[in-house]
Amino acid sequence: MTDSKYFTTTKKGEIFELKAELNSDKKEKKKEAVKKVIASMTVGKDVSALFPDVVNCMQTDNLELKKLVYLYLMNYAKSQPDMAIMAVNTFVKDCEDPNPLIRALAVRTMGCIRVDKITEYLCEPLRKCLKDEDPYVRKTAAVCVAKLHDINAQLVEDQGFLDTLKDLISDSNPMVVANAVAALSEIAESHPNSNLLDLNPQSINKLLTALNECTEWGQIFILDCLANYTPRDDRESQSICERVTPRLSHANSAVVLSAVKVLMKFMEMLPKDLDYYGTLLKKLAPPLVTLLSAEPELQYVALRNINLIVQKRPEILKHEMKVFFVKYNDPIYVKLEKLDIMIRLASQANIAQVLAELKEYATEVDVDFVRKAVRAIGRCAIKVEQSAERCVSTLLDLIQTKVNYVVQEAIVVIKDIFRKYPNKYESVIATLCENLDSLDEPEARAAMIWIVGEYAERIDNADELLESFLEGFHDESTQVQLQLLTAIVKLFLKKPTETQELVQQVLSLATQDSDNPDLRDRGYIYWRLLSTDPVAAKEVVLAEKPLISEETDLIEPTLLEELICHIGTLASVYHKPPSAFVEGSRGVMHKRLPARTGSGEGTECPDVGNAAGGSAPEAAPSIIPSQGDLLGDLLNLDLAPPTTAGPTPSTSGMQMGGMDLLGGGLDSLLGGDIGGSPAMGAGFGAAPAVMPASLNAPVGGGLGDLFDLGGGVGMPMGAYIPPKTVWLPAMKAKGLEISGTFARRAGVIQMELVLTNKAMSVMTDFAIQFNRNSFGLAPAGPLQVLTPLGPNQTIEVSLPLSTVGPVMKMDPLNNLQVAVKNNIDVFYFSCQYPISMLFVEDGKMERQVFLATWKDIPNDNESQFQIQDCHLNSEAASNKLQGSNIFTIAKRTVEGQDMLYMSIKLSNGIWVLAELKVQAGNPNYTISLKCRAPEVSQCVFQCYEAVLKN
Amino acid sequence: MIGGLFIYNHKGEVLISRVYRDDIGRNAVDAFRVNVIHARQQVRSPVTNIARTSFFHVKRSNIWLAVVTKQNVNAAMVFEFLYKMCDVMASYFGKISEENIKNNFVLIYELLDEILDFGYPQNSETGSLKTFITQQGIKGQHQTKEEQSQITSQVTGQIGWRREGIKYRRNELFLDVLESVNLLMSPQGQVLSAHVSGRVVMKSYLSGMPECKFGMNDKIIIDKAGKGGVTNEAGKSTSGKQSIAIDDCTFNQCVRLSKFDSERSISFIPPDGEYELMRYRTTKDIILPFRVIPLVREVGRTKLEVKVVIKSNFKPSLLAQKIEVRIPTPLNTSGVQVICMKGKAKYKASENAIVWKIKRMAGMKESQISAEIELLPTNDKKKWARPPISMNFEVPFAPSGLKVRYLKVFESKLNYSDHDVIKWVRYIGRSGIYETRC
Repeated sequence: MTDSKYFTTTKKGEIFELKAELNSDKKEKKKEAVKKVIASMTVGKDVSALFPDVVNCMQTDNLELKKLVYLYLMNYAKSQPDMAIMAVNTFVKDCEDPNPLIRALAVRTMGCIRVDKITEYLCEPLRKCLKDEDPYVRKTAAVCVAKLHDINAQLVEDQGFLDTLKDLISDSNPMVVANAVAALSEIAESHPNSNLLDLNPQSINKLLTALNECTEWGQIFILDCLANYTPRDDRESQSICERVTPRLSHANSAVVLSAVKVLMKFMEMLPKDLDYYGTLLKKLAPPLVTLLSAEPELQYVALRNINLIVQKRPEILKHEMKVFFVKYNDPIYVKLEKLDIMIRLASQANIAQVLAELKEYATEVDVDFVRKAVRAIGRCAIKVEQSAERCVSTLLDLIQTKVNYVVQEAIVVIKDIFRKYPNKYESVIATLCENLDSLDEPEARAAMIWIVGEYAERIDNADELLESFLEGFHDESTQVQLQLLTAIVKLFLKKPTETQELVQQVLSLATQDSDNPDLRDRGYIYWRLLSTDPVAAKEVVLAEKPLISEETDLIEPTLLEELICHIGTLASVYHKPPSAFVEGSRGVMHKRLPARTGSGEGTECPDVGNAAGGSAPEAAPSIIPSQGDLLGDLLNLDLAPPTTAGPTPSTSGMQMGGMDLLGGGLDSLLGGDIGGSPAMGAGFGAAPAVMPASLNAPVGGGLGDLFDLGGGVGMPMGAYIPPKTVWLPAMKAKGLEISGTFARRAGVIQMELVLTNKAMSVMTDFAIQFNRNSFGLAPAGPLQVLTPLGPNQTIEVSLPLSTVGPVMKMDPLNNLQVAVKNNIDVFYFSCQYPISMLFVEDGKMERQVFLATWKDIPNDNESQFQIQDCHLNSEAASNKLQGSNIFTIAKRTVEGQDMLYMSIKLSNGIWVLAELKVQAGNPNYTISLKCRAPEVSQCVFQCYEAVLKN
Repeated sequence: MIGGLFIYNHKGEVLISRVYRDDIGRNAVDAFRVNVIHARQQVRSPVTNIARTSFFHVKRSNIWLAVVTKQNVNAAMVFEFLYKMCDVMASYFGKISEENIKNNFVLIYELLDEILDFGYPQNSETGSLKTFITQQGIKGQHQTKEEQSQITSQVTGQIGWRREGIKYRRNELFLDVLESVNLLMSPQGQVLSAHVSGRVVMKSYLSGMPECKFGMNDKIIIDKAGKGGVTNEAGKSTSGKQSIAIDDCTFNQCVRLSKFDSERSISFIPPDGEYELMRYRTTKDIILPFRVIPLVREVGRTKLEVKVVIKSNFKPSLLAQKIEVRIPTPLNTSGVQVICMKGKAKYKASENAIVWKIKRMAGMKESQISAEIELLPTNDKKKWARPPISMNFEVPFAPSGLKVRYLKVFESKLNYSDHDVIKWVRYIGRSGIYETRC
């Protein structure tokens, strides 16, 4: 009979039968029954109903049975706290047992039972065990202090266990020391400022002595603890290093890596001209290389760490290139990491070998790996100038293979090579052009277009090539569209005579037929540049571009320093600081919105991201500075003539622009604009919804600049429909006072305004206009103030809003800049709207979708907040939130804590997922928000707070 | 620290689940199953982060072992622990299979309770574990007080790997120098990379608490001895030529590392039975036992001609064994004709390779195989990646050139001396990844 049979019982009435067996008189039968219970527990069945029966079996002299019962207790005690008390007696008795193994077992298990009442009883036995004569019991008790601290920190401090634990650092037994160090380190982590570990030269000396004697695991605890110490001077630093270096020969890779961590850190303090410094550097290389003969998983951890070490101290491994050559049978994760390190180590001395290897890799099967290898060739060219020529010819060979993704990848990196070494390798352009048709990835297409535009004068049929791209302009991704626009403008500036038509075509495509503000803006800039001053345009567009730098993917120095301090740990594997993936009390709160400005296509791989970033906005930096000025001028043009336009829909500015274009020549383009300005002025006064979006855009952009000067009147976020606040005081607006709020009623967003005339004269001709804002809010109709507003009169107006207006990211996100016009003047103010009014009614996600989305969104995008002093239970909270279109999808109760899972959909289609933790009796809620656009989290949290507290 | 440890079968069913930390919920078990075991795409990292929870996994045959944590743990330690856990289980019940795990689940829980406490690895030496975790589980009651304290002092003590009072009628020890030689060679015969990773495995059956000292032809020691004019303890003066440069070595935890660091001498009290004393790595002056010379010619689009010559490069008196040459063939191979001078060769369609096996081959010989490979016409544009030709073999010498100079045993308390110990030394060189690109 074997134990596997316990896994197969699934018949009905099982619990009942088990109950009978557990209460059987026969010892064997009892044991069998407990085994069955444990097996059921393992596969996830709920056997908590058997609690009293199992606990009854605890009083036994059979050690195996006892251990099984303990295992059961650890799992279920929390769900049955009252009955768990039954076990206390046995524990206390076992702690006095003559057999040290049983004493230790009791104290070990008791610490795992997280029931308050039991912890109280644990204190006395624990105190005794900490001073037990047997080291096995003491080492178990040391860890138990950490367990107890996790349950009830205050209790541990009150009982003075921390001092006893500190004493154990001087214990005669090395394993007791190691466990005490581990426990203290963990406790110290949750009290960052306490001087718990109290590392000083004496205690360090004790630790170093224990290091020689304890188990491999103990050595890891001690080394990790040592790494937190800061020596007083370089001599102390050197003496510690000397005592740590023997660990580099340990068979356990974790011991080696932790030793490397200590050495890397303490080395910082050593003067570089010291002989010992050089010796130490030499000693570090062999063990790091040895790590690569470990099992693949460890190799992966080692490689991730070596990646950091190579960035920090490239000299250590500079001669070890060969060991990073990829083996055919390496798992893919090892291959990719090795490739990364190869590039970092590439130098003039070894470049020939590296290139030969990379070329070999480019013919492998794994697509990711091949792509990375091709990219690596490009990076070698940029890094080692002498090799550039060879790299280019290697890339050309690869292009000849005609393997689609290889060709595309090669073209992307050749573009970077052109940017590093302009006017050197242009002879290859012909070959590149042959492959134009096979390019189907945006990045490769954009790169190719950039090349054609940049070298238009050397490509005879550049205009034909670019024209061919233009046909499907609307189906291209933004990246390609932007690139195409710039390339054609470049072409025009280089060959003005033949390409006038082409440039007009692209400008009109970009400015009139596109919804993308970036594209439209860039189009307008080019347009105006070309029309006002072609010479200036040439200087701007064809300006000499800065060369791209060698190392584009280095980890930022402060982060690198932090990661070096975490060598061997998860942080070093993820290349992220612990706060990015560890939750809880250890400083994880994302207090600020990350100012992420990456392009839409987020890529995992840092060098890919950089390459993209390096190429896409290539012309942008030289152009952006002039944008504001230009538009400023334009704005003056538009607003200066005080028009007397009423709320009549003006003739569309877009039509006029279109006519001008039809009219032909560039000179007339400029004229067309001036001619168009009165109409645009009229458009401003007119019902904004009718305004052509394309003309609206630059005007809005300019207004934004002006509005910034005005200063925002912040609106405190108080309620679901926040109380009305004064947005525009009468003093600032020649007697017009505006107050108001926002509401969402029956799916319609409304701006509720109260206009008060505090001036002496009558006010008429009201109109309203919004600046571009984060969610494209725009008035859905004119401001309905039909009767003139007499002195001291007040009128309440409700203005329906749409969310289809032009978009621009604001700071704060929910900031709205408004212009109100009347017969006296135009007034500007800004206000903040509760983001909850953008929550749409169909924001309830399917549970499955929710789960998948939650997992899918990277953890970086998660933010956690606390809502304090909220006295609703989870039911009421859920109902209240539902009123604001925050939908509860699922609820789970875990240990008296309700977890609500909620979804929100914003009017622009962004989903926000939330997890709300509500604990009965605790007025503080914890909320985690996950969203693909993490910027909104802060605003969403504010809404939660506002809704829940009102 | 480690928050929990789960063991799954290939279907993703949990066989063992032990949670050490309160922040790990039952849902973690499912999260790993759904996101890793049942993942659509092949997992691309042994570390996975799912919803702020990190999972580490290793696979043994079709069993998954996963460690879960929410903290910034020492990742290297976690993997070392998982390997160790596998070793411990294997030494208790053999192969790690679903059947064996189910049969021993009570034992595994007992082990997990002992070797991980609150997620901190504790003593994991099989030798000492076996003294108090037995499959009978009732030993505890019958032990005397002395026995108990002996167990606890061994588990926590300085020499956790050996117990006192071991007695053998015949004191004997076996030393195996096991090397695996790795090579990557270009088609033109240029060595791209070559290294030997070696292990010294020792089986000791010695009484008492013997103090051992191990010596080999390490260049650093020999040079030191040569310069100082001191005759080394073995009494022989060894010429510099016979010494080898060791790039790096790591030792079993029984070896006194600080002594090695200062004097480069390897001294230790050995565990009882079989264990690995040291691992080392060399890259200089490696004897490459075989040279592979490939010749691949594409004849049109549907035919490939392959000729491979292997040359043995060691003393003619020695015999290499278990020679196997693996020549990869394209995926669209339709038929293969092979002619070889020696051994047997076969085309294995399922492995996409021609496998050529030779039982024995003496040094300084050469042999040849030629094959004609017929290909099906395909419209697959992608070229065949031409994986390297790999080789397997076993030779009765150490390709690194390592020689054991002495292994001395001192046991002062018992009445046997170094001369009474019977010692056996054996050298085996095996192929690691021994590849020639073609």
